[in-house]
Amino acid sequence: MQRIGVFVCHCGTNIAGTVDVKAVAEALGREPSVVTSVDYQYMCSESGQNLIKDAIRDYKLTGVVVCSCSPRMHENTFRKAAAAAGLNPYMVEIANIREQCSWIHKDVAEATEKAIILGRAAIAKVQLNAPLVAGESPVIKRALVIGGGIAGIQTALDIADAGFEVDIVEKQPTIGGKMTQLDKTFPTLDCAACILTPKMVECAQNELINIYSYSEVDAVSGFVGNFSVKIRKKARYVDETKCTGCGLCTEKCPQKKVPNEFNLGMDNRRAVYIPFAQAVPKVATIDADYCTMLKTGKCGVCSKVCTAGAINYKQTDEIVERQYGAIVVATGFNPIKVDKYDEYAYGQSKDVITSLEFERLTNAAGPTSGKLLRPSDGKHPHKIVFIQCVGSRCTPEKGKSYCSKICCMYTAKHAMLTREKYPDTEVYVFYIDVRTPGKNFDEFYRRATEEYGVHYIKGMVGKVSPKADGTLEVQASDLIMNEQLRIDADLVVLAAAIEPDKSARPLATMLTASMDTNDFFTEAHPKLRPVESPTAGIFLSGACQGPKDIPETVSQAGAAAAKVIGLLAKNKLTCNPCVAHSDELLCNGCSQCANVCPYGAITYIEKEFVMPDRSKKIRRVASVNPAVCQGCGACTVTCPSGAMDLHGFSNRQIMAEVDAICK
Amino acid sequence: MQEVMKKRAIELLSDGTVAKVIGWMPGEFSYDMTPAVFTTAEEIESNFVYNDFCGANVSKYVMREQKKASDAKILVFLKPCDTYSFNQLTAEHKIVRENVYVIGVGCDGMADVEKIKAAGIEGITGIESDGDKFIVKTVYGDETIARADALAERCAACKSKKLTVYDEIIGEDGEVVENSGRFDLVAKLEAMSADERFEFWRNELSRCIRCNACRNVCPACTCEQCVFDNPKSGIDQKAAADSFEENMFHIIRAFHVAGRCTDCGECSRVCPQHIPLHLLNRKFIKDINELYGDYQAGDDTESKHPLTSFTYDDAEPSVIHERGNE
Repeated sequence: MQRIGVFVCHCGTNIAGTVDVKAVAEALGREPSVVTSVDYQYMCSESGQNLIKDAIRDYKLTGVVVCSCSPRMHENTFRKAAAAAGLNPYMVEIANIREQCSWIHKDVAEATEKAIILGRAAIAKVQLNAPLVAGESPVIKRALVIGGGIAGIQTALDIADAGFEVDIVEKQPTIGGKMTQLDKTFPTLDCAACILTPKMVECAQNELINIYSYSEVDAVSGFVGNFSVKIRKKARYVDETKCTGCGLCTEKCPQKKVPNEFNLGMDNRRAVYIPFAQAVPKVATIDADYCTMLKTGKCGVCSKVCTAGAINYKQTDEIVERQYGAIVVATGFNPIKVDKYDEYAYGQSKDVITSLEFERLTNAAGPTSGKLLRPSDGKHPHKIVFIQCVGSRCTPEKGKSYCSKICCMYTAKHAMLTREKYPDTEVYVFYIDVRTPGKNFDEFYRRATEEYGVHYIKGMVGKVSPKADGTLEVQASDLIMNEQLRIDADLVVLAAAIEPDKSARPLATMLTASMDTNDFFTEAHPKLRPVESPTAGIFLSGACQGPKDIPETVSQAGAAAAKVIGLLAKNKLTCNPCVAHSDELLCNGCSQCANVCPYGAITYIEKEFVMPDRSKKIRRVASVNPAVCQGCGACTVTCPSGAMDLHGFSNRQIMAEVDAICK
Repeated sequence: MQEVMKKRAIELLSDGTVAKVIGWMPGEFSYDMTPAVFTTAEEIESNFVYNDFCGANVSKYVMREQKKASDAKILVFLKPCDTYSFNQLTAEHKIVRENVYVIGVGCDGMADVEKIKAAGIEGITGIESDGDKFIVKTVYGDETIARADALAERCAACKSKKLTVYDEIIGEDGEVVENSGRFDLVAKLEAMSADERFEFWRNELSRCIRCNACRNVCPACTCEQCVFDNPKSGIDQKAAADSFEENMFHIIRAFHVAGRCTDCGECSRVCPQHIPLHLLNRKFIKDINELYGDYQAGDDTESKHPLTSFTYDDAEPSVIHERGNE
């Protein structure tokens, strides 16, 4: 027979405001095996915890039920308090009467009744609790960073700086990410390449950092401290160890008509290419979709001119399996496709461009060598209209409901730089709101309007119509002046919303990391654990978690690195004892549990059993690796025999809870 | 056909290829064909039967024989629908395929003796197939009945006449039947209101006497110990608690075999109370087909069933939630 203590928390008025806590304590005090039942202002406070500790000693409690907030908040607090008083910490159960009760009900009588039912379920469960002892597992002292943009680079550098090995997996042929495509960076207007390339070089030179470029993550197994990751090194048909990056092949390749993705298709590259001069690693890659040799077997020019003998048309994808203690997701973002915004005529006129394309047009390494020229006729534009919030703060059917956060600032930058370089160009910016909350951000925006004479007009553009003379008629409303405007622009620039990279969704599945409806990774706690995923050992860096500018990305990258370092610095991690186990006498060896296990924790073994008639028989039974099991319980509900069970959440405990609720 | 099968069984037994033969023999009544294990040529000569009353699925008997701690090779005769169960049992490691010699037997549907009796034919002693008729032998002489009137319901809505596993074939192999119409009754139940459906099942299941025949015959029910027999499961006494809990036995059983049930229809065949239990399983199969794409358990021994595998195309939980509201 258990001796159970019940502790009902007021949580100030959070619970007590809607739930009659005294009535709850009194009702639960009448439940079987309950020897004490009290309420208190704040159970998580020192004195609240002491109340529990004293009761454990005074009443010789064997089980504790705390009716309070979500176990995600204070389960650990109460377990530690119980352990301090000599009770096994896993004899503590939480009844969540805050998030699942007081916060969502208004009627006191109803909320009180529900709180009693939830408490009763927890008591029924604790009746069947058994003491559990947590084991330990080792930590592999190496981290994986998925994505080699500025977020991934910064995280990798910071982790390596602490003396731990880091691998960066980047799907492009070079690290650097979106920042390599930018011209200048707000609010200080330093050149993006000038501040990024030293960091890229540092990554290449750091002995603790290993770059897998042109590679993707294929599969992830394992758990915090002990992940095993399959990395697919895509065939680039060039031996990375031999290629010197001289670029001769990229000059001689006869296939010249390949859209250059680095310049967003605004010029062409060859079938064998190095994305840009400062690429890291500086290794050529053959584009199999365009290479004549790979497609028809006839050409081989690159192979002939390569003095290093690095070209290898027979190269195939290679799978590398590596072990990691921690994984950082830094998969970044992409601007959305703006083709569907017919009103802005993006598909109809070459002179309607996105901001990232504008970035390339003003970049010295871009298709126009940095001269701002119209894509249609190569002439200098004299009137430019910038349209903000294209797809941001939009209806979900058409675009993204969120604010993309970076557009106000980069548009101010574009407007300002245009006015500075080409004072004869008139610049209009149409906006819903101008949002500049950042250090020196509002000053920057004001400089654009006050010093550089950029015309900021509050209002949205209704229609952009290409005209016969090559100009673009922009129809818009000025909400402050309350008038309709028609501007004949030479160039229209769309500030497209940003969205998470498409690779993020399948990756989240592999990592069992959660995402929000927009496919941004969710953090373990939006305020208090912003760089950790709810899945242990998975950390978040940069725009994969939400829209961010460079300063914010770099701060988050550093924060994620600090968390990783904190993990890798440990030699051992305490395991969760709430893991699955198989009753071998019941197991019928059907393998369904192994099929559903997302962690690969279940294997089958042939084991000898003595049967009831004393004969010996070898049977095939499931065996759980407790270090790998995460206690998700998928196997326990799949097993038709009820042979699989979860410590701390046994089938009987859950049935007892359901029975208590339905009583 | 019976004579060919007998001859082949005796051959394989006497040349030592197999040590046991699993087939059918007459039970209490001469129309009541029962799965049987033969070990000698004499037994086969005198008792082995194969006719249109041999509807019983013998695949589970292979598992039972193999459990008897002997590696002796077994010859089993499987009808097309039995081969699906055989494959599913192999996939679940219940049958060691190497130790079985499978003779696939072509099948054109089995007769349901209840239907024949209902047509007023009495004193049945045997049956023969004759085109679109069955010739029923009785103590009063031969009677004929239209095939369509005597065919078992599961055979009338046969999903496949294809032998999915065999070492050799006697008779003719067939094809998977498209548009078998086996989900027509399920669709009818789906069209009912929730209350009507609840009443339908309460009424059907109220006849259950918990004889466990459905469970014992089911080739998917292969647990070492059924949760309903296991005092540690905490639910063994539930079914006895009240009539509603008792009804849950069948619902839970349907859940336990979901994704693994090959729709062999044995549960309904053996039910002494004529409860259409196979409709529960067919509802699951229909849902799986609709939510995860067409899937036939026992098609092969490799594929994982949709309920224990994950693909990016899987239905979102919200879809299932919405269907529940219909």
